[in-house]
Amino acid sequence: MSTQALIEATALNRFYGKYHAVNDFNLTLHKGEVLGLLGPNGAGKSTTMQMLTGNISPSSGSVKINGIDLIDNPKQAKQSIGYLPEQPPVYRDLTPLEFLAYCAALHSIPKSNIKSAVENVVERCGLKDVTQKLIANLSKGYQQRVGIAQAILHQPDVVILDEPTVGLDPIQITQIRELIRELGKDHGVILSTHILPEVQAVCDRVQIINQGKTVFSDSLGQLSDRQSAQVLTVGFSKGGSKEQLSSLADVENVETLADDKYRLFYNNKPQGSDVYKLAVSQGWELNEIRMEVESLEQIFMQLIHSESPREDRLQSKIVKSGGGVL
Amino acid sequence: MINIIARSEFKRLFNSPLAWSVLAILQFILALMFLMFIEEYIGFIQPQTATMDNPPSVTDIIVSPLYLWAGIIMLAVMPILTMRSFAEERMNKTLTLLLSSPLSSTQIVLGKFFGILFFIVLIVLMITLMPLGLSVGANLDWGKVATSSLGLFLLLSSFASAGIFLSSLTSQPIIAAVSSFGLLLFLVVLYLSGSSQSNSSELFIYLSHFSHFLPFLEGVFDTSDLVYYLLFITAFLVLAVRKLDNDRLIG
Repeated sequence: MSTQALIEATALNRFYGKYHAVNDFNLTLHKGEVLGLLGPNGAGKSTTMQMLTGNISPSSGSVKINGIDLIDNPKQAKQSIGYLPEQPPVYRDLTPLEFLAYCAALHSIPKSNIKSAVENVVERCGLKDVTQKLIANLSKGYQQRVGIAQAILHQPDVVILDEPTVGLDPIQITQIRELIRELGKDHGVILSTHILPEVQAVCDRVQIINQGKTVFSDSLGQLSDRQSAQVLTVGFSKGGSKEQLSSLADVENVETLADDKYRLFYNNKPQGSDVYKLAVSQGWELNEIRMEVESLEQIFMQLIHSESPREDRLQSKIVKSGGGVL
Repeated sequence: MINIIARSEFKRLFNSPLAWSVLAILQFILALMFLMFIEEYIGFIQPQTATMDNPPSVTDIIVSPLYLWAGIIMLAVMPILTMRSFAEERMNKTLTLLLSSPLSSTQIVLGKFFGILFFIVLIVLMITLMPLGLSVGANLDWGKVATSSLGLFLLLSSFASAGIFLSSLTSQPIIAAVSSFGLLLFLVVLYLSGSSQSNSSELFIYLSHFSHFLPFLEGVFDTSDLVYYLLFITAFLVLAVRKLDNDRLIG
């Protein structure tokens, strides 16, 4: 991890007329990091990305790319950004080869290097079979790949991808995720998505946005620590007693779910072995023991809905029913 | 950088049937007119004026009207060429590519403009082939052919700059085309109304782009006409650049 941040966005605000699309947004991205931007539709993800790539100017705040101010020095700063917007910006009347060569020239890659640069991304994005077809005749997935190829063509320090796996088939999704992880090794990658498993699959860090505000920002490692919620579900086919279960160490509360099925609330990391030992000593037949994992989805739901109290009831239902889906 | 965009724009024009059909139809219509002018000259005007001391030249009767008509037809054609430059890119969401590349708005606008300029040069060259063919059998006033070509080039460039500006305002190519056509036609109407018998107006005539085109057809090269076109072009291109810059703030 280098000392200088690749992207440093401070106090970004953006208004569309009176609508406050992005509110006091901060973001830092270091080399070798994949940052996932999460949020419901209309949360301001795309607006944020457009600001980070200089497509629109923030109403206030500053963006520094590699220490260069994007607003004062756009040309130099944009040199180190690769951007794939929601819709791949590809000219449908060109072939991928022609299109990528044009993009290379736009990023002032010297003429002698254009060919090798294009060949390199064609290889990386798996475009080999379609280089001579018109982009208009390519499937959505291939168009998306051409878009990704365009974004990484000039070896930018920062790659910003807005929902890169939309419209791809499962095999392609896996390939693109691999590509993103690979990019994350020597570039900085920002990825927006609303597919939660995708974030868990590729991101090192996640920032959740809702209504233009950052409501959560943490590394996925810490998230998984938080995730190991302190609830254990146990079920018995024979025996089981609420009183004896609640006498176990660290157990704060026991809830009876159904006949012989209990939820144990711990004030600490749950100790499954205690339950097992107890069951053996009492001659109970233990047939289920499961740790309830607080998934990213649950955290997401809680964060998004805590802002809008009217939906609280709905949210608590979702969280209950959605337990451990991921 | 401007050069790269311009070359790609020019090449992409020919990737669609648009440029080919524009060139073909334009050439077909103008060639028909050219033949008509020649026939009229041989069958009607030449016999009548042969005995005159200072008869109107072949160039005046055949070549000048050809360029004039080319200018008139392009009033309708140029908006179709310029509507692509920004409106269509916006509609296809490809403008992002240029906006997120390390380019200034000025470079983008100039790139687009020069791309169309290449095409205009091609159109003027194709039209000039006709007087060139005529020169096999007639004595042409080459000076007039040259000023007419230059005049047509400047006129079409002014059309292009206005069209590019109007194209930068919208994300609907059709709106861009219709509004550019409207603006160009409005300037023609200004000329017609300015030069009408009842209420002629010097100002209207000056403002209209056609009034500055006609002297070129008569073989007069006046720098004030040249300056008019340069100002016209610059003004609309600057407006287009401003609009692109503004998009980042408001859009």
